[in-house]
Amino acid sequence: MPFDLVLLWTDALIYLFVLMILIGMGYVRRHPHLLASWKRVGHSASGMSSLTILLFFLLIGFLDTIHFRPALESNNSQSEPIYSVDVLSALDILVTPLRTQVEKTYSAPLATHLYAKETIELPDGQQMRTFARLQYGGAHLQHPETEHATDVWVRSLQGAGYGFAVWCLLLIALTAALSKQYECSFKQSFGLVWQRTSETPWYAILITLLILLLLVGCVSALIGYYHVLGTDKVGQDVLYQSLKSIRVALVIGTLTTLIMLPFALLLGIMAGYFRGWIDDVIQYVYTTLNSIPGVLLIAAAVLMMQVYIETHPDIFDTTAARADLRLLFLCIILGITSWTGLCRLLRGEAMKLRELEYIQAAHAFGVSHWRIITRHILPNVMHLVLIAIVMDFSSLVLAEAVLSYVGVGVDPSMISFGTMINAARLEMAREPMVWWALLAAFIFMLALVLSANLFADAVQHALDPRTRTLRHSNRLKHRPHQSGKNAVPVTIETNTVAKTNHRI
Amino acid sequence: MNTLVEIDQLKTVLHASDEPIRAVDGLSLKIASGETFALLGESGCGKSMTALSIMRLLPDVGEIISGQIRIKGIDLLQLPEFAMRRIRGKRISMIFQEPMLSLNPVMTIAEQIHEVLSQHSQLSHSSAQQRIVELLEQVGISDAEHRMHEYPFQFSGGMKQRAMIAIALAGEPELLIADEPTTALDVTIQAQVLDLLRQIQQRNHMAILLITHDLGVVAEMAQQVGVMYAGEIVEMASREDFFNHPAHPYTQQLFASLPEKHKRNHALAVIQGTVPSLAQIFVGCRFADRCQQAMAVCHEHIPRWSLITDGHQVRCHLYDSKNQHAERSAVINDSIIFGAPDKNTDIEPITAVSPLLRVTDLKVHFPIRKGFFKRIVGHVRAVDGVSLQISAGKTLALVGESGCGKTTIGKSILQLIQPTAGSILFKNRELISLSRSQLQKIRSQFQIIFQDPFSSLNPRMRVRETLLEGMNALCVNQLSDTHNEQEIDLLLQRVGLPIEVKWRFPHEFSGGQRQRIAIARALAVNPELLICDEPTSALDVSVQAQILNLLKSLQSSLGITFLFITHNIAVVEYLADEVAVMYLGRIVEQGQVDEIMDTPKHPYTQALLSSVPKIKQDRNHPLIRLKGDLPSPAAPPSGCHFHPRCPKAMPICREQYPAVSTFSNTHTSHCFLYSQES
Repeated sequence: MPFDLVLLWTDALIYLFVLMILIGMGYVRRHPHLLASWKRVGHSASGMSSLTILLFFLLIGFLDTIHFRPALESNNSQSEPIYSVDVLSALDILVTPLRTQVEKTYSAPLATHLYAKETIELPDGQQMRTFARLQYGGAHLQHPETEHATDVWVRSLQGAGYGFAVWCLLLIALTAALSKQYECSFKQSFGLVWQRTSETPWYAILITLLILLLLVGCVSALIGYYHVLGTDKVGQDVLYQSLKSIRVALVIGTLTTLIMLPFALLLGIMAGYFRGWIDDVIQYVYTTLNSIPGVLLIAAAVLMMQVYIETHPDIFDTTAARADLRLLFLCIILGITSWTGLCRLLRGEAMKLRELEYIQAAHAFGVSHWRIITRHILPNVMHLVLIAIVMDFSSLVLAEAVLSYVGVGVDPSMISFGTMINAARLEMAREPMVWWALLAAFIFMLALVLSANLFADAVQHALDPRTRTLRHSNRLKHRPHQSGKNAVPVTIETNTVAKTNHRI
Repeated sequence: MNTLVEIDQLKTVLHASDEPIRAVDGLSLKIASGETFALLGESGCGKSMTALSIMRLLPDVGEIISGQIRIKGIDLLQLPEFAMRRIRGKRISMIFQEPMLSLNPVMTIAEQIHEVLSQHSQLSHSSAQQRIVELLEQVGISDAEHRMHEYPFQFSGGMKQRAMIAIALAGEPELLIADEPTTALDVTIQAQVLDLLRQIQQRNHMAILLITHDLGVVAEMAQQVGVMYAGEIVEMASREDFFNHPAHPYTQQLFASLPEKHKRNHALAVIQGTVPSLAQIFVGCRFADRCQQAMAVCHEHIPRWSLITDGHQVRCHLYDSKNQHAERSAVINDSIIFGAPDKNTDIEPITAVSPLLRVTDLKVHFPIRKGFFKRIVGHVRAVDGVSLQISAGKTLALVGESGCGKTTIGKSILQLIQPTAGSILFKNRELISLSRSQLQKIRSQFQIIFQDPFSSLNPRMRVRETLLEGMNALCVNQLSDTHNEQEIDLLLQRVGLPIEVKWRFPHEFSGGQRQRIAIARALAVNPELLICDEPTSALDVSVQAQILNLLKSLQSSLGITFLFITHNIAVVEYLADEVAVMYLGRIVEQGQVDEIMDTPKHPYTQALLSSVPKIKQDRNHPLIRLKGDLPSPAAPPSGCHFHPRCPKAMPICREQYPAVSTFSNTHTSHCFLYSQES
């Protein structure tokens, strides 16, 4: 075998997470009413565009999750193959030039020369202080001063052309699939896509995909010859760092949330629902936890972990495994310390809900507490949970940056947005300023968090039965300010009922 | 009569979505100064939008597209906003339905009145304070000088509405718009507030535009009445004409759907269908689809105003001159008699059968905790020694003002609230000592329907799951899915809903339909006792009639026993067999419905009955206006709880609680005015 698959802890959890999502999708497919409400997510243009971008990020993160150790070329072919100590991922192989083409130090995006002057020895023995040519970036150019701009343009247009071609193929495939599904002609289904008459906003998805493919095409045409986003202090490509950071951000965002959710949901709802001594105990726990400075607690826990790792070097066969365990531990600690906010929110909401009459009616039926919590309270606080999770996602990524700054974040060998932002702290203070590392981290994080936010918004909107009627019945509603007697005017019913009729 | 306000062809639309909603569609009316004009209509017909159009305080989506609103000749719609600000509060002011929401909780009452004063008059600080005291005294707030510096939360509901009226009066307006001013208040407080409005009107010679859905309030207050339906006025008349000869079929049907005593053995007339969507353009009469007297012309031509007598106009084709000979007699369909023979004739001797439910000396006290260690410093005596009993198949109405403990009794019978003391015997079985699992077995025999249909259904559960929940939890029938589906279909049919609705979510239904679903949910487990906690108080009159009909037919077909908790006396007269009147956690009077309604003994019952606004002005008993509010159940008055408000209080009332006085086999009361049993 030319490689040896490596299963890191976080990899296993990510696979588990993906499996859970697949099972969930299967469950939804088997229940028509759940499927109907999830299909509505597919009808929101902003939701589907952001899902496209989100899937792109997830794909990169997933590729980066498939880890293995390549085999080293050994001298005697009979013996056991020897594997490298470096753990690589599928993404690393895909973007090999980014990983291997390492410059000496800083260079600006698409540059042909280093960013700092250095003394070089001319062939005639003289020494000169100038901007040295890069080892890889634009190395193919004979006269960079004159050829550089044209070369960049030509290559990026070529790449964009490839991207456009791929997009056209996708468009044709989609239209063909649609015409097969609806049993209409190719032209009709083409019109269906672009006249925005189809229920799924294909035009939005296609436009997002076009932009994405043009960008990917440009960048992939350039990466063999230039550093598209420049290089950092040790000459590593910033684009490569950004791509590698995506997985770390996703892991911290999702795993931390998964760890925190059970605490927040269960304890928050229990405190609000049962009141009494249960409420007191839970409140004391989270108030105490909240009053300990979070960074100190995390620092203490991470340092303890670090000591453990250092005293037991034998249980980790690679540095990647070490770094990974540290990442997992960071997620757990962040999860344990960050549930209090959501817990408090849910406690308040559960206190409000438990007094509502449908909960009282359930009591009158003798429905068990557990069933009331799962059937009545949980679905009615889900919108809060969803919003809180997505909002937490960006703050968790930032928390990682802060912790890396203190020195208790991810392993120094691991690339993350946090370490990038930390490095940028010194670079921004430098003269001339190195701005591209921070900009790259900023753009990637913005795209990731924004698309996650928009998608969550679309999901929340589609799953909440109340917001749906609001949208439908707005035109029929004549007293929007009405508060007291009949909050919903009588007129709505016939029309909304008729409408939902042919929808379901 | 000099006209103060004249509204001419007012059209207001709401641009809430693609199609504009014509909330007010060509409304014209005139109000003379010193007159009360009542705008009557069901929710969603554009009453409040009319009021907000006059004030030019429409929501952002609202727009007045044509018409004129003139106050003494000035067209308000032509005024720039800065001039309009001098009109609001000074010439026209407004009071709202919910006094709790219309006062700012972080400002004292004095500050809120001062805001209006400083806007409209240049008073010095001391004279402004003087004026505030005057205003508060004018609306009947005693000790105004001290109370003006209190915050809204220190005021009771009635006091808040008084303070709201004081704010509205601060600018000495010529027109007061009262948007459902008493809907959120109890009857005795409502009577006080309506009295106050009448007094102020006489004193200040102010015009009032009263917006209400309550025919009783109209009868008490108005000189002129306008009935609104789907954005336009369909009938305009003086009060006498309106109540004696209602002309429009809608008005007639509205009267017919009111629950009253003499309709006891009949189903109430129901207005079929629902209010049409206001987004459409009407080609015919707006009421034609629901009208029992609709003719072909009604669907084709918009009716014009027809004059019946001087000052009585109606918008109906029945009164067109060319249709004069058309049959005009009001065919009100209240002749459906229930299959069961007249119930009043076969009253069984109550002692013969043991009652289905017997509550004895029930007490529910909520501890008040204070301080760091949550020491118990007192008790809210929500229910303080209540005894009652209901025979199977009968309806007992529990009547009282809000806060008197009616709902608490209902919930403690269901064991939703743990009673402090007493006994609840259901079919001779003690409920209080039962454990959760023992209780589980008999829970299916008693169920509850709640007041607010909007919070009594889980918005995330479809109707089907809502109905199944009780069946599954109580294992009524552990049968196949198909059997369950049949059961659900049957339930929905029984409450008069189409079967398809089981796949929908509750928000897709109107208030009346939601209440039907709630009833179906309770019926799902075949209960014998149904506790109805104000099931119609959140509904419109015509919808209320539908629900009452449903309850009544359920009782006659399934023999369900009702404990009907309400504050609506008309509903009691229509539905109840027996009545228990509650005051501050205790039952003060109990008896058959006729005994209580015709010969009320306890001064509180007398006052309560006389406070109810009545349509028929012929009163047998004089008006009794109660002073003050319901005292706090945390510190009930000594002796008889009612003595601080009682017009007939004697010294002994302050010292001890009266024992039972018996008037007949069934009629008892607690009052020192009558001979006491030891």
